[in-house]
Amino acid sequence: MNIINILKVAMRSLGRNKLRSFLTMLGIIIGVGAVIAMMAVGEGAQYSIQQQIASLGTNVLLIFPGSTNQGGIRIGLGSRTSLTPGDLEAIQTQCPSVAAATAQVRTGAQIVFGEQNWGTSVLGANPSYFTIRSWPLSLGQYFTDADVRGATKVCVLGQTVVDNLFQGGNPVGATIRIKKMPFKVVGVLEPKGQSAQGSDQDDIIIAPYTTVQKKLMGVTFLGIIMVSAVSDQAMVDAQNQITELLRVRHKIQPWEDNDFTVRSQTEIANTAQATTQVLTILLASIASISLLVGGIGIMNIMLVSVTERTREIGIRMSIGARSRDILYQFLIEAVVLSMAGGALGVLIGIVSSDIISALANWPTLVSPVSVGLAFLFAAAVGIFFGFYPARKAAILNPIDALRYE
Amino acid sequence: MSEKMNGSNTANPPKADQPVVDLISVRHLTKTYKMGDVEVHALRGITLEIRRGEFVAIMGASGSGKSTFMNIIGCLDVPTKGEYILDEVDVSKLDRDALARIRNEKIGFVFQGFNLLPRTSALENVELPMFYKNVSNKSRHDKAMEALRVVGLEERWNHMPNQLSGGQQQRVAVARALVNDPSIILADEPTGNLDSRTSVEVMEIFQQLNHQGITIVLVTHEADIAQYAKRNVVFKDGKIKRDFVVEKRRTASEQLATMPASVDEDEEVIEFEMTSEAKEQKETAR
Ligand SMILES: Nc1ncnc2c1ncn2[C@@H]1O[C@H](COP(=O)(O)OP(=O)(O)OP(=O)(O)O)[C@@H](O)[C@H]1O
Ligand SMILES: [Mg+2]
Repeated sequence: MNIINILKVAMRSLGRNKLRSFLTMLGIIIGVGAVIAMMAVGEGAQYSIQQQIASLGTNVLLIFPGSTNQGGIRIGLGSRTSLTPGDLEAIQTQCPSVAAATAQVRTGAQIVFGEQNWGTSVLGANPSYFTIRSWPLSLGQYFTDADVRGATKVCVLGQTVVDNLFQGGNPVGATIRIKKMPFKVVGVLEPKGQSAQGSDQDDIIIAPYTTVQKKLMGVTFLGIIMVSAVSDQAMVDAQNQITELLRVRHKIQPWEDNDFTVRSQTEIANTAQATTQVLTILLASIASISLLVGGIGIMNIMLVSVTERTREIGIRMSIGARSRDILYQFLIEAVVLSMAGGALGVLIGIVSSDIISALANWPTLVSPVSVGLAFLFAAAVGIFFGFYPARKAAILNPIDALRYE
Repeated sequence: MSEKMNGSNTANPPKADQPVVDLISVRHLTKTYKMGDVEVHALRGITLEIRRGEFVAIMGASGSGKSTFMNIIGCLDVPTKGEYILDEVDVSKLDRDALARIRNEKIGFVFQGFNLLPRTSALENVELPMFYKNVSNKSRHDKAMEALRVVGLEERWNHMPNQLSGGQQQRVAVARALVNDPSIILADEPTGNLDSRTSVEVMEIFQQLNHQGITIVLVTHEADIAQYAKRNVVFKDGKIKRDFVVEKRRTASEQLATMPASVDEDEEVIEFEMTSEAKEQKETAR
C-alpha cells in the first residue's frame, strides 16, 4: 500500500470514531497548547527584560531600601524607610562617579479636571529623572530643583493623562486636582508608548518628590533612588562610592549588613532573566508532562483499537496485507492523531497566550521555534506511543486474527 | 500424478488436454494443536494433489480437519509437519511477506462468515486486495467494478455490507477473491449461512469461474452442494477417507431454472445480466 492510501485508511477509521478520536487528541491538544502558552509566557518575560535594559540604559543604578539576601532582589518595598532625602543629596554631591540622581516615590491618585476625572499613578521625582530616562517634553517645561525644594504643586503629564483629561486641548498652565489638591500643569511629556511589560508608560503624572511625599502621601522616606553613572565604565566605582557613603551615613558597623541595596539595571535584569529562564523551563516541563499523558492516551486508544479491529487485521492479512502494511496503517493512525492534535494545540496555545497577555497584562511571545518544537514533539509522541500497538497488530498471525472473537 | 491412497474409492483425476502440472501438492501434512497437556491432532497426514482447473469439494464430519486444511493451503496457517508445494513453490520455506504475497496474488479466500470489512462499501471491499498490490487507482476501480459485474452486483457497488443480504455479501466476498486473478479460490463453507436458492446462485458463480480456468476448492457439509464440484474429497479424523469424481455433476444454472423464482424482482434482473455476462466471459476466455 502506498502512503496516500494508508493515510486515507487512517483518516477513515479515525473519522468513524469521531468523538473517540477527538478525546484522544485532546490530550495532545492540551499538551501542545500548554507547552506553547507556557513557553510564550516565559519567553515573553525574558524579552521584556531585554527591552527594559535597552530602554533604561546600561549606566543606571538603583538603590533600594532594605538589604538583599542571597541575591534575591526586592523591588519596590515601599514600607522600607531607610533612604532619606539627605541620602539623595549626599549621593548627588559626594560621589564623583555619579552623574545624576533622583528620588522615586509612587502613589496612585484620582485626577480631576473640570468634568473629567482619571485614575493614574503619580511619580514623585527630581528633574534629573527626565535626564536619566532621557524623556523629552512635547509641550511646556519640566519642573525645577526649586520646585523640589519648595514642594510646589506643579506637575508634568504623560500623554495618556492629557488625552483623557483634556481631549486634545493644551493642558499647559491649567490647574488639575490630584487627590483634591490643585496642581499646576507645567509640561507634557512625549509619548513613550507601551513598556516592555505591556503597561502604558504615558499613563503617569510626574511631580516634585517632595510635593508627592508631603502633600499626597504624608511620608518622609524615599522609595527608590535612581542614579546614572558618568559612564558605563564608572558603574562599579559609582556602586562602591554609594555603598561606602550610605554605610557611613546610616552608621552601619563593619559586621552589620547593609540596610540598602545598590543594583545596576543590568544586574537586576540578569537576575530576573535567570529567574525567568528557570521559570520557562519549569513551566515547559510541567506542560510537557501533559503532552506525555496525551501520548499515553494515544497508546491506550490504539491498543483498544487494535484489539477491536483484530478481525479487520485478519481480513486484511488474508487478502495479502504484509506485516508492514498493518504496522504502517496503525502507526500512521497514531501519528495523524498526534499531529492533528499538535496542530490544534498550536492554535490553542497561541490563542491562550494572547488571552494571558490580555487578562494578566503579562507579555507573551510565541516563537516559531517553540511552535515547531511542540509540533515535532507531538509527532514524536505519536510515533513512540503508536509503535507498540501497531507492532502488536502487525505481528499477529493471520489465522489467529481471523478467528479472534 | 494422483496416488491411490487412503480412500477405498479413489477416483482418477480429471483428464486435461495440456501437460498436467499439480497446482497444489501436499504430502504427509499434519497439524497438531497443543492445548496445555492435551494434543489435538487436527490433521494426521494428508497427501493430496489438486491440478489446475479442478473443482474440488471437501466434505467430512465436523472437526475432521477441513478448515485446518484449507487454512494451511490458503497460507493463513502453517502445518506442524509435511510438505506443501503450491504452483511449484515450496511454501514451507517462505517468510511472512512472501506468504502475504501469495495470498494476495495466487489465492482468493471466501469464508463462511463473508468477512467483509464493515462500514466499507462493496466496491471498496473488492478493491482492497489491489491496494496491497499497488494497482493504480483507475484500473483498481475498473477491475473491482468488473469483478462485481461477474457476481452480478455492479449496481450495488456503493452499498455497505449491512445493506446487503447474506447471499449478496457472499457474492461481494467472491468478487474480492477473484479480483486479483488468482489461480485458486478457496472457500470454507461459502454457503453455510445461505438458504438453498442463494447457495445455488453462489455455486453458479463458482462453476462459471471454474469454467474460465480458475481452480476451486470448497468445503461443504451439504452433499448436494458437493455435487456441483467435479471431485469430492471426504475427510475423517484428520485423514482422507474417500476421494472420487462426481458422477452426476449438477449444473447450477440448470438447477436455478427448476427452482421457484426468487421473491425479489431485482434479483431476477441481476441474474439475467449475470448469465449474459457469463456467456461473454466464456467468449473472452477462449
Ligand atoms: N486453534 C485451535 N486450537 C486448538 N484446536 C483447534 C484449533 N483449531 C481447530 N482445532 C481442532 O482441530 C480439529 C479440526 O478442526 P477444524 O476446524 O479443521 O474442523 P472442521 O472439519 O473445519 O469442522 P467444521 O466442519 O465444524 O468446521 C478440531 O478438533 C478442533 O477442535
Ligand atoms: Mg470448518
